[in-house]
Amino acid sequence: MDRKIRILVAKPGLDGHDRGAKVVARALRDAGFEVIYTGIRQTPDMIAEAALQEDVDVVGLSILSGAHMALVPKVREALTTAGLEDVPLLLGGIVPDEDIPVLHQMGVRGVFGPGTPTGVIVDFIHNELREPL
Amino acid sequence: MPDLSTASGLVAALNEGNRRALARVISHIENNDALAQPLLAALYPQAGAAHLIGVTGAPGTGKSTLVNGMALAFRQQGLTVGIVAVDPTSPFSGGALLGDRVRMRDLAGDPGIFIRSMATRGSLGGLAQTTADVVMTLDAAGFARVIIETVGVGQSEVEIASTAHTTIVVEAPGLGDEVQAIKAGILEIADIFAVNKADREGADRTVMALQMMLALGGTGHQQILHHGRMLPVDLPPAPPADGWTPPIHKTVATQNQGIAALVEAIEAHRGYLQHSGLRQTRDRLRAATELRMILRDLLLQRTLAAIPAADIAALVHAVAAREIDPYSAAQRLVARTTS
Amino acid sequence: MSLFAADPLDQIRRERARWEEETRRQRPERQQAFITTSSTPVRRLYTPLDVADLDYGRDLGLPGEYPYTRGVHHTMYRGKLWTMRMFAGFGSAEETNQRYKYLLAEGNMGLSVAFDMPTLYGYDSDAPEALGEFGKCGVAISSLADMEILFDGIPMGEVSTSMTINSPAAILWAMYIAAAEKQGYPRGQLRGTIQNDILKEYIAQKEFLFPPAPSMRLVADTIEFGSQELPQWNTISISGYHIREAGSTAVQELAFTLADGFAYVEAALERGLAIDDFAPRLSFFFNAHNDLFEEIAKFRAARRIWAKAMREHYGAQDPRSWLLRTHAQTAGVSLTAQQPDNNIVRVAIQALAAVLGGTQSLHTNSMDEALALPSEKAVTIALRTQQILAHESGVANTIDPLAGSYYVEQLTEQMEAEANAYFRRIAAFGGVLPAIEAGFFQREIAEAAYRYQMEIDTGARTIVGVNDFVAAEPIAIPILQMDPAGYDRQIARLQRLRAGRDNVAVQKALAALADCARGPDNLMPPILDAVKAYATLGEITDVFRHVFGIYHEPVHF
Ligand SMILES: Nc1nc2c(ncn2[C@@H]2O[C@H](COP(=O)(O)OP(=O)(O)OP(=O)(O)O)[C@@H](O)[C@H]2O)c(=O)[nH]1
Ligand SMILES: [Mg+2]
Repeated sequence: MDRKIRILVAKPGLDGHDRGAKVVARALRDAGFEVIYTGIRQTPDMIAEAALQEDVDVVGLSILSGAHMALVPKVREALTTAGLEDVPLLLGGIVPDEDIPVLHQMGVRGVFGPGTPTGVIVDFIHNELREPL
Repeated sequence: MPDLSTASGLVAALNEGNRRALARVISHIENNDALAQPLLAALYPQAGAAHLIGVTGAPGTGKSTLVNGMALAFRQQGLTVGIVAVDPTSPFSGGALLGDRVRMRDLAGDPGIFIRSMATRGSLGGLAQTTADVVMTLDAAGFARVIIETVGVGQSEVEIASTAHTTIVVEAPGLGDEVQAIKAGILEIADIFAVNKADREGADRTVMALQMMLALGGTGHQQILHHGRMLPVDLPPAPPADGWTPPIHKTVATQNQGIAALVEAIEAHRGYLQHSGLRQTRDRLRAATELRMILRDLLLQRTLAAIPAADIAALVHAVAAREIDPYSAAQRLVARTTS
Repeated sequence: MSLFAADPLDQIRRERARWEEETRRQRPERQQAFITTSSTPVRRLYTPLDVADLDYGRDLGLPGEYPYTRGVHHTMYRGKLWTMRMFAGFGSAEETNQRYKYLLAEGNMGLSVAFDMPTLYGYDSDAPEALGEFGKCGVAISSLADMEILFDGIPMGEVSTSMTINSPAAILWAMYIAAAEKQGYPRGQLRGTIQNDILKEYIAQKEFLFPPAPSMRLVADTIEFGSQELPQWNTISISGYHIREAGSTAVQELAFTLADGFAYVEAALERGLAIDDFAPRLSFFFNAHNDLFEEIAKFRAARRIWAKAMREHYGAQDPRSWLLRTHAQTAGVSLTAQQPDNNIVRVAIQALAAVLGGTQSLHTNSMDEALALPSEKAVTIALRTQQILAHESGVANTIDPLAGSYYVEQLTEQMEAEANAYFRRIAAFGGVLPAIEAGFFQREIAEAAYRYQMEIDTGARTIVGVNDFVAAEPIAIPILQMDPAGYDRQIARLQRLRAGRDNVAVQKALAALADCARGPDNLMPPILDAVKAYATLGEITDVFRHVFGIYHEPVHF
């Protein structure tokens, strides 16, 4: 057995601030994950297609523009259409408290705000994937 | 709802064009888990129709961008394309950052395309074998062309590229005159050269350097096929030595220039392999290589399973202490499994 | 040198060695190593030995004189304080117009426009790509009609306006010019700045649209047009701010920004412009981060490097061409979501650095800026911070007060040397554009950003409230408060506009623009024509997208 956790890191929407996404992608690599990085300006359909083809265990989104409440449902919808309703979605960005429960309902398992140590994200993914496996 | 938890369910779904099933099958093969063997067994007979194209070259020469352009060109001819992009696993963490998809944005949303990123993983069975199995899966799934991108550094990457039917070595004009493929020792495996970034200064010099090398007879696919310990293979008569001279194509992948000619050359090479009987030769050689590698693995596994670990460890110590040579030690182990 | 009097430095050297030895042996320090915000090691002590090569006349000079290390003006803040310019914009043009009037009433000396994401990317508010982004990070401007509302009741010929806009800079600038002319001001009288710095978009901020070559042409067109028709306008603000925000070190910010500056100079020279005709209108924009001395040294080094290059390398004769005039903004990335009140203090330190560094204008971030649209109260505190620095702290009373500090002078020299080393590496790629394509800048920045994050994660670097001195309070991120009717109003206005304008004239203007884009002529006149015909931002940008193509970046970690 040579099982590796595969995770897609994508930035939907327009904002190009990829510092966080890149730092997290590297930290995940250094934690032993296989990270498929798709870069900026990804449409929800592109994200779902990549998640499907790459058979990832987790999809991580980075949204810093404040457009998460519009973008996340679109990504979730695209994932569901692709038959990936069971793939956990994580969100990094600036998310007001009020939005978090709504995002959870949309199927976002973890929300990581500014200043989150990368180790917290790594641990979260390990925990998240432990039970169903 | 197809059952994607069993090998038969996965194969059935894959044959119906279920892309998630295809993605899952690839994961099972990559993970080399319990389903891998039955899946490979079921899919192997289905494969064989695809033309396999290896694309290799130094980092950053524009391989992914070229693959993007080539795939678009194939699509225009109505051919479906599977792509396997291989990137190295970090030796420190075992993780990997796979970024080739970024350069293949133009292929998004096309159901005639399937892109899979793979990390080298340093897996026991050998990277070449795993990649070959993944490529075989895309072949079995019905993709007419399967393109394999690997970074041209290291022996296993070279091996992967050389298992394709048509191998393209990508060069780009660098700062000096040097042809990077020479440094990497991958010149010999080229069926076609692409000198990419031809919009940059120095492209003509790179072309000339390659031409010179070809004139000196420094290349040719045959050499590499014959080394190694081979299984007995019946090969058709060898084609005339001057049957194929690797052409050199200048490309500007970012502007889609020269791609059509490159794809034409691939198709020409495909035709050449067919007419000359070389395709059959290569397929048989590949089968022999594959069988040999798998056999070796299997025998190794069997040996390891049959003999207590402590006994093996003791022999290892003895070899390290130079009390016995490794050849005799291996003989001893083999003798124990067969008796 | 006399045989009898020993070199005074020798004595310091001996004494210093003795002191170092004793100190190391007898007094332990609280850390193994001390580093700046940019991870540069800092020595225990700086003495004349560290600046032994400093030549006052050559390296520092006097304020307002070459090489301008001590400042670009003779009197600096004794003559005129820096311009307190607060960057603002959100929601619809109506809302932002109200905020501008408030800021002007509160003592702001210039306006600074933040555009929303769709505008920055050349999309109209109703484009599908604009989904969810309307008014989020700035004001939405989709046509001249919006620009007219944005400046309604504000005398455009009298204020100076800075616009943070890059890929579609020429279009928004044309809208500004057209709106001002409608107010009755001749364009020659307009003062302000467009950021228009496309290179740092490829390097750091990623808000690019077209491939580098046509993008550089647009920049050169604006520089040329400005030098002929708007002599008081800064046609480019060469920006290190975003490079730093993307995670670079201070030296990288300095070096990459100045390298970009040289690339623009060369593009304009290639266009056939004379250096002294455009160089005085080049302006800069730097980040002011936490590390006080490192930041001050950065500003000083920047002026010195630029002056030397402009005079010695590019042969500029007009002293105004040698000046590096700069805007500064405190570091958005340094603000924390945890204990946000602390951000007031961070901003004050950063603002102090910019002032001691001799900036010409300054935006101070609001304490909640990293989290949401700044509240009016937070904006006021940020502005008051500048006013306290200007009027109470005493730092504006004398010029370049830190000159002669062994540490600051040494850092200034060191940063200059390290920037020069970067210039050589960039030259080895064949210049800024090939280095961008090779991912050189992106890789260097990603490396620095990762190192910084790891320093925080491992506790090697302390961020108050984040990885030390943590409070048990939950992080409360305020929700964006925007007029919910703004979006509907904007969409309705756009639809009315498209229905009500002379669409034949619009199509003609767009066709003329496309023709011009395919040829070599300056694009500003046909852009102005299209804008005045009320072609929308999206329509005009689409012409360029079509003719120039769109750019995808290489990704590097
Ligand atoms: N000027 C120029 N740049 C090109 C060309 N083709 C690719 N590039 C650029 O070269 C860089 C690397 O391209 P990739 O396609 O990622 O190269 P690669 O060989 O797949 O890279 P690795 O997978 O990292 O080894 C990108 O910035 C491309 O835009 C070309 O024909 N001309
Ligand atoms: Mg690649």
